[in-house]
Amino acid sequence: MSEQEFLEYVQSDGQVEATDELPDDYRAKLIKFIEMHGNSELMGVLPEREWILRAPTLQRKLALTAKVQDEVGHSQLIYRVVEDLGKPREQCLDDLISGKSKFHNVFHYPTKTWGDVGVIAWLVDAAAIISQKALLKCSYAPYARIMKKICWEESFHILHGRDVILTLMNGTDDQRELVQEAVNRWWGPLMQFHGNPIAKEEDPMYIWRIKSQGNEEARQQFLDGYVPQIWELGLTVPDPKLRKSDDGVWEYSEPDWDELKSVVTGHGPKSQDRLDLRRAARENSAWVRQVVLPQAA
Amino acid sequence: MNEQVRQLLEIADDELILGWRDSEWTGIAPLLEEDVAFSSIAQNEIGHARALYELAARELGTTADELAFDRSPEEYLCAPIVELRLMDWERTIARHYLYEEADAVRLERLKQSDDPEIAGLAAKIDREEAYHRIHAQMWFDRLQAEPRFTAALEDLRPQAAALLDSSQRNGHTPELTTLWEEMTVVRRSQPAGTKW
Amino acid sequence: MGAAGRATPSSLIYEVFRQERKGQPFQHAGSVEAADDHFADVYAREQYGRRGESSGLWIVPRSAVTEIHDFVDELNRNYHRVDGYPLKEKLKEARERAGTAAPRDR
Repeated sequence: MSEQEFLEYVQSDGQVEATDELPDDYRAKLIKFIEMHGNSELMGVLPEREWILRAPTLQRKLALTAKVQDEVGHSQLIYRVVEDLGKPREQCLDDLISGKSKFHNVFHYPTKTWGDVGVIAWLVDAAAIISQKALLKCSYAPYARIMKKICWEESFHILHGRDVILTLMNGTDDQRELVQEAVNRWWGPLMQFHGNPIAKEEDPMYIWRIKSQGNEEARQQFLDGYVPQIWELGLTVPDPKLRKSDDGVWEYSEPDWDELKSVVTGHGPKSQDRLDLRRAARENSAWVRQVVLPQAA
Repeated sequence: MNEQVRQLLEIADDELILGWRDSEWTGIAPLLEEDVAFSSIAQNEIGHARALYELAARELGTTADELAFDRSPEEYLCAPIVELRLMDWERTIARHYLYEEADAVRLERLKQSDDPEIAGLAAKIDREEAYHRIHAQMWFDRLQAEPRFTAALEDLRPQAAALLDSSQRNGHTPELTTLWEEMTVVRRSQPAGTKW
Repeated sequence: MGAAGRATPSSLIYEVFRQERKGQPFQHAGSVEAADDHFADVYAREQYGRRGESSGLWIVPRSAVTEIHDFVDELNRNYHRVDGYPLKEKLKEARERAGTAAPRDR
């Protein structure tokens, strides 16, 4: 199959497997995209895991531990897909820690309060799920298949997030303030999360049908689903321009694309701390992999 | 507090604090697959603590969460071995192995309790712990030739005795206070009775 | 599964097949990296069963799986396929002969 035939094939909803002949450009873009997803799941664990230790009830502790466990599990599923495409897990982890490969913006920011725990599971995960649903029909079938499991597990996270937030909103003034303050801090990164509004016809990820949705479409879906949820609780969004126009399109202040670029290239408030933590944990446990794995890196 | 309730609290406190320590590995365990597996073990421990607290809570007229979070550090009845922060894999696995060994004996005793609820709960917990024992044995088999592991086992073994012998529970390490402060920081930020 | 382009994994890969409910087929669910059968058992259980989502699992070292992707049919064995049995015309003719043709057949 020529590259043109392959393009036509995937653009007519055709799917391919690990053993099929893949154009070099497709394989390279696929690896980069999927690897970034794996990195993000693994790095996403770090802002949340401290709160497992501080969870204020046994039920919350269990739910949060299970959520974070799922995210580690997702990174395992995703790195396995990348490995079967040709890049070993250890190399992915090397590149993550050295900064050569990236992870999503939201995981470069600090979590400051229990309000963040709620907002992350409610809004940040919601933004992520919208992107993930757009991968369910990925032209690369092994990735599409794991996305099904990932989306199913994420649905529990959303429930947990909603439960935490509603409990706080029905609680004390201080608890409501925790939520509002967290929404104020997370709004900027949330608006940047889906990336700059490159037209989908110009987005290689869409052209190759790796994802089935453009960036702006995802962002609009997020706003449509979640701004009403925010407003109905009496919370405000820190963007005076945010409104839904008559033709159903959400208008908003231009997100800070410079901030996005700076953050994903490793200059976020917590980027280096978290990579350092990963590096230290990995070095500390290298001997375990050597003992346990026949051909450890 | 009667002896039966005291015994329940000892085990519940052991499971809670050990579960808290084990959950510190979530996200940074040596292998991704192991990270997922060990997190389940931590969750089971917290779950066991909760079930035991619930039984004790009924006797004491309180709730599981109040028992888990609202006592001061000196009031916990856990054995010092579970309080230790052991962020080296060989030490965590050594403790895990020693704990499961003692816990198996302890649960057998509890399954013989006159109180059918306690006996029933012990049987349920034991069925879940079977999986923990398999996991601990699996790691023991893999690491037993490693000097750092055998050293950790020997180092921790004396402290494991308190798991089965209450008379050796003579107080707490400073680590428990540090752990307790972090564990209760959110809960203490609002008045008692606040829902989370 | 063992074709060119796959990275040599640093450990053994075990393929996991899961059964959603009793009576249903076992389907490929994914793979885990594990040092040996014991680790594979524990890890597969966790990744594909911790939420009680499977009633059964089969765990198989990848090396035990052989793959077939090419099936030869040079001589067009249409008797193996539905399109090898053109019934519509024949049924119409038979009904006309018996006088039982439905209005739409005429």
